[in-house]
Parts: sequence; C-alpha cells; structure tokens
Amino acid sequence: MLDIKKDDPGQIEEFDAEAVNKAGVRQPLYAARKKVFPKRATGNFRRFKWLVMLLTLGVYYITPWLRWDRGPYAPDQFVLVDLANRRFYFAFIEIWPQEFYYVAGMLVMAGIGLFLITSTVGRAWCGYTCPQTVWVDLFLVVERAIEGDRNARMKLDAAPWSFDKVWRRLLKHVTWILIGVATGGAWIFYFADAPTLFWDFVHFDAPSVAYMTVAILTATTYTFGGIMREQVCTYMCPWPRIQAAMLDEYSLTVTYNEWRGEPRSKHAKKMAAQGKPVGDCVDCNACVAVCPMGIDIRDGQQLECITCALCIDACDGVMDKLGKERGLISYATLNDYNNNMRVAMGHDVHQQGDPVSHIVPANVRKPDGGGFVDRIRNTNWRSIIRPRTLLYFGVWSAIGIAMLFILATRERLDLNVLHDRNPLYVMLSDGAVRNGYDVKILNMTPEPRQVTLTLVGLEGGAMKLADGSDAVTSMVLDVEPDKVLPLRLYVQTDPKLLTEKPQKFELVATDADAGEESRVTVKFEAP
Amino acid sequence: MSNSHEREVDELSGTETTGHVWDGIKELNTPLPRWWLWTFYGTIIWAIGYVIAYPAIPLISGATSGVLGYSSRGALDDKLELAKEAQAVFVDQIASMSVDDIVANDELARFARAGGASVFKVYCTQCHGSGAQGGNGYPNLNDDEWIWGGSVDQIYTTIAHGARYDADPDTHINEMPVFGDDYLSPEEIESVSKYVASLSGVEGGAATEEGKTLFEDNCVACHGEGGAGEPDLGAPALNNAIWLYGGTLADIEAQVTRPRHGEMPAWSLKLDDATVKELAVYVHSLGGGQ
Repeated sequence: MLDIKKDDPGQIEEFDAEAVNKAGVRQPLYAARKKVFPKRATGNFRRFKWLVMLLTLGVYYITPWLRWDRGPYAPDQFVLVDLANRRFYFAFIEIWPQEFYYVAGMLVMAGIGLFLITSTVGRAWCGYTCPQTVWVDLFLVVERAIEGDRNARMKLDAAPWSFDKVWRRLLKHVTWILIGVATGGAWIFYFADAPTLFWDFVHFDAPSVAYMTVAILTATTYTFGGIMREQVCTYMCPWPRIQAAMLDEYSLTVTYNEWRGEPRSKHAKKMAAQGKPVGDCVDCNACVAVCPMGIDIRDGQQLECITCALCIDACDGVMDKLGKERGLISYATLNDYNNNMRVAMGHDVHQQGDPVSHIVPANVRKPDGGGFVDRIRNTNWRSIIRPRTLLYFGVWSAIGIAMLFILATRERLDLNVLHDRNPLYVMLSDGAVRNGYDVKILNMTPEPRQVTLTLVGLEGGAMKLADGSDAVTSMVLDVEPDKVLPLRLYVQTDPKLLTEKPQKFELVATDADAGEESRVTVKFEAP
Repeated sequence: MSNSHEREVDELSGTETTGHVWDGIKELNTPLPRWWLWTFYGTIIWAIGYVIAYPAIPLISGATSGVLGYSSRGALDDKLELAKEAQAVFVDQIASMSVDDIVANDELARFARAGGASVFKVYCTQCHGSGAQGGNGYPNLNDDEWIWGGSVDQIYTTIAHGARYDADPDTHINEMPVFGDDYLSPEEIESVSKYVASLSGVEGGAATEEGKTLFEDNCVACHGEGGAGEPDLGAPALNNAIWLYGGTLADIEAQVTRPRHGEMPAWSLKLDDATVKELAVYVHSLGGGQ
C-alpha cells in the first residue's frame, strides 16, 4: 500500500505541461495549396513572351507536317524519329543508331547552353521557353478568356456553385483537355508519317501505343499546365535548385531595386509633405498581382521566381503613370544591386538589423531631382561578357563545331567485319585454312549502290560467300538503299604462306561512283 | 518544453512553427504539399488493388493467386504457345518438304538455319562442340570432309538415323577390321600405315611396293582407289589433311591396329522430323556442305 492519504492534495505532484497536440493548437500536417490568380500583364516583356509562345508552340505543332524530299527510298518528313526502322531524319541529316553520339553531343550542348544562359541572363529558360511556362501561359489565356481577369476569377472561385460558374468551369477544363489532346497528338506525329498517322488516328486504326501516348500526354499537360501550374516549378522541378549553383553576382536576375524603392509607402505624397523619407515604391502590389508563381519579388531573389519578368512590366506601367523612371523592378546583377544598396545606405552599411530601414532615398537621387547620382550603376549588356561565360561559350561552340565537322565529313558507306569466335579457323581437306567472318556492308544513303568488296594483303587468299559462290579476291555486291547487307564470308589460304599469326589483312568496300571507301583490318587465324 | 496556443510565425524564415520549443529552438512547420499526399494515398489504394488482383502474399507453398489468375509461368506458356503458332506456317512447310527443297527456298532455309542453330546448341554441342568444330573422334562439321556424305540429304539421313546406333534399324553401320588381331603382322601394319601416310604427305610416310600391295589387298575395298574414301560405306578419305583420330604416323598405325568407332544417336527417335530437317540445313550451312 502506498502511503498516500486521501484528501491531501499536497501529496500529488502537479506538472507544468500541456498536450503538444492538443486539439485546439494542433497544426495541420498538410497544407492546402493557395490558388494563384495571375493578372494579365502588358508591356515589353509580355509582348516578348507572346512572341516566344507563338514561336515555340508553332515549331512544336507545325514541324511534323513539314515535308522534305529524300527521293523514293526514304520518308519525306522534315523531322522523323523512325523507331521501327531505327532511323532519325532531320532535314538533309539522316542518323543511324550507331551515330547516336550526335544526340549525346546535342544533349551536352543543351546542358552547357543552359549553364551559359543561366550564368548570363539567369533563368531565362524557366521564364520564357520551358514547356511548363509556355503551356501554363497558354492555359491562362484560356482561363482569362472564359472566367475573366484576376478579380473576376477570384470572385468566381469564391462564389457558390451556380449555372454560370458550372458552365465556365466546364468550358475551361474541356478546352484545357482539348489543348492536352493536341499536345499529345502533335508529339506522336514526330514518330511516324504525320498525314498517314493522322488519318489512321481519327479512324481508330492507329497502333495502340499512339493512343496511349496521346492519353498520357493529355493527362500530364492538363495536370501540369492546368491544375498544378506553379507547383511543378516549386516542388517537382530540379532546375530551381540547380540554378542556385549556376547563378553568380554577375548573372541577370529579376530584381526589386530596394535602394530606390524603400521606404515604400501607399501614401507617398502625404509622407513627403510631412518631410519623411519616401522611396519610389507605392506599395500598389501590381507586381504581386501579375506573378504566376504567387510570390512578392520585393522579398528578394527566391527559388520560386522563374524570372518571367511580368512584374517588371507591371511596375514599369505604374512608374510611367507616376512619372518616375522605369526599372524599380528590373533585370539587374547582384553586383550592381549591392553597389547601389551601399550608395543608398551611405555610411550605415555596417549597421545591424534590417538593412532596408537604413536606406536613405536622398542618397541615390541628385539634389535637383534630375535622376540618380552618378555612383548608381545600371546593369547593361557588359555584365554578360566575363571569363566564365566566355568559357561556357567556348566549350559550347567547340562541341558544336566538332559535331558539324564530323557531320560534314562522315562516311555514308561503312563496313563491319566480325571474325568467328568459335571455331577460330577450320582445316580443310586440301590442307588450306578457312576463317569465317560476319560482314555487314552499310549503305547509309537512300540510294541503291553497287559496292565492290576486295580482299587485300593476304598471300594466296581468296574469299567466297557461304552460299557457295566461287572463291575470288574481289566481288561486286548490290546494296539496297538505306540498308545493311549482311554477308557470311569465308576466307581461305594455304597456311604455309602466312608470315605472322594471326595474319592481318584488309577488307575494303568501295563505291567507285560515289568515290567512297571503307577499309577494315581483319585477322586471319591459323593453327 | 513549452508551447503556445497562438499560431506563431518564425521571424527569420517567415514559416509557421508547430509551437514546439526545445531549449529555445523552435520547430518549423513545413507541411507536405497536398498533391504529394494524394499521390501517396493513391499508391496505397493501388497497392491494395494489386494485392487483390495479382499474386502477392507469400504463403508456405506458393503465394496467393490473385483474382486475375495471373502467373509469370502461365504468361510464359502463353507466349511460347503464340510463338509456336507463329512458327507453324514455316514448321508445317518444312515437315512436308524434302531438305533439298528447303535449302532452295531462301525464306525457309533462313528459318531452318536459325531453328537448327538453337537445336544444335541443345543436342549436338556435347560431342561436336559449340562451334561444331568437333574434336578427336568427333567429326568437325565445318570442314569439307564428310564420312557419311556431305549433301544436305546425306546429312539429314545421318542425323535422323545416327551411326552404329542399335535402336534404329536404319542406322549407318560399318566396322573396320581389327588388323592387329590376326590379319596383319606388326611389320605389315607399319608398312601399310606408312603408305597411307604418304598419300597425304604425312611426316614419316613411305610409298613402298609392299605397303601399296597391302593397301590394295586390305583397304581399297572400303577406302577406295588411292584412299579417296567412300561415303556410302562411311569410309573416310585417307588422301587428305583431315584425320578423325589424329594425323600422325603413330595415330594412323594405332587406328589400323585397333580401330576405334564412334557412335551417334538416331535423332529421329527423339526429335520430330521438322527439327531434324532444320538441324540438317544448319549443319549443311556451316561451310563444308556439298
């Protein structure tokens, strides 16, 4: 028995504790996404983005329909990835599977190109040409056309379900899905003759993989472009993380120029009348309203910012109305920004606390009000040229030139010879030794060719095909256009004539008409 | 440890805290995005469906079978069945045609060679080697010497009925006498062996009159004039560079004194006719076919 007397509260220890997960204070484990309703922006960057959108979507949708005459033995599609026959056609370039290094080279160039672009103009890829950005832009056009601009959309979203809301939503989503179908539909045309596949597709005669591809791409386009939007960039895409390593203090980023914007005030005139310092930012939130990522650029450079520059357009419009210089939000380098901040803060640079509170607007403007003091730096194109970017450009163009060189000088007649591994040689009844080879003659042009195969440098040697033709040292073969001619070749000679073991000799494929030749050094094995 | 009732936002990061504080360190609340959560739930639901539909839970002797009744073994059987059906058009033709006609037909010959090559790897490589290169006592099938004949039809007969294979009454049978027992004296054997060696220029060969006479008396009946060989009797040619049991003078003497004979199964007893024909076409294509 415990020696605790009842009715003696002093005996019971009390804890100063509260349940961590008490119902009243429990935090949600999972956050719901807050919807972003970007307002339509107008201005130079918006116009540029329309142009880029037109160009990228145009290239994507139209390319498979362009034709290119390659004669009767090859498809006439400008760009065709012929997986079934293992050929890739791009205009006058035809690539066989063993030439895949061109694609590898293109990928390396794309990678270094991305480094180059990022270190110079920042995340231009994200802001202008990334398919995610382009398609979200396209989907927003649809959304605005059907549901109206930012305020109307917010109102509609908050409104209870009504006939009006239902048909608008329905129309929007159906249009999005149709765009998705067109997106997936365009994709498959790169892999087959577009007109034929289109005809088959609409008559339900196309291969099932075509329908599956369209279905998958419709789903991803609709989900990523319509529903998930900025979340794809923020949560799913690795590039925002990688870009942190790519950017440096000379890279262009979309920057809120605090040095002239702060202290911001909605009541600038009143403040100025009271003699208080006031910056150029009137805190109108126009930059926030247009942002497709739902961020406030005035918080500084952020992972979420895709540098689409729409906030620049929005702010420039406001500055124009206020009669102030454009560029409160602008493309700027961190280096210039830091310099300008030092100017703005005067000798308060090393002050503790929030630097913004130390910005003195009078430091950056000339006393007569005519623009900024000379120490303020404007970012210009010179920031692009520096050793790092020159190095990137050098490597990038070196690979490009090397690839062009290889492309221009590559052989379109190739000879592959594989010596039998088992048996290495065969003794014949007359004392001769025979070696077997698998020979492939590659005619990589879409024209039929006559190729002469010659045996060179094997004393007393003769070759014949497995089908029992006569032993010769030279034979003429017809190779079909754009095809590989496989041959089973036997070479034999008197082993007493060999000077070394294994004896090296050459097989030569020649197309005299085209002046092309392919030589392979081959081994002849003997006991 | 303490906590607060108010939602609190961390000053530095601007992120909400969970209200948990340890030694002044606050825990930030960084919730998972909801799409991630739903995807996670989706995978759980998918997994439940999968467990019901497919074999999933291991039991002592096997696993739950799943309502779809899928099994990888069954799927393989289906595929093999499909492959057989697809091949039937060729296999039926091969079964009904002579081997000569098969060789004359490009498409069928290609099919037969491919089929024969894979059957060869299963049944023939044990003796003839994976490259059909043979070995001592096992003929090399790549070369141009054929004990029982090198036309595709002769090869077909040899594969179908074998050699010295008792279970098949049509098997190739021959036997070289054991000259060392009674027929010839050791000196005579040496003499005839040297003569045989001289026919193809083997080192130590000597074309003596005695050897020649002995050869004509004892060997020509089967091995033919000048040792040219007689495929109908299964008598190898002795005037060329190919020797089944070794090509030195000692090897030849040993073979004359006490001949060795190989045995080959009659494959028609084990394989169907189309397969034997495929094998014949393949072997004939190895480079020495006549």
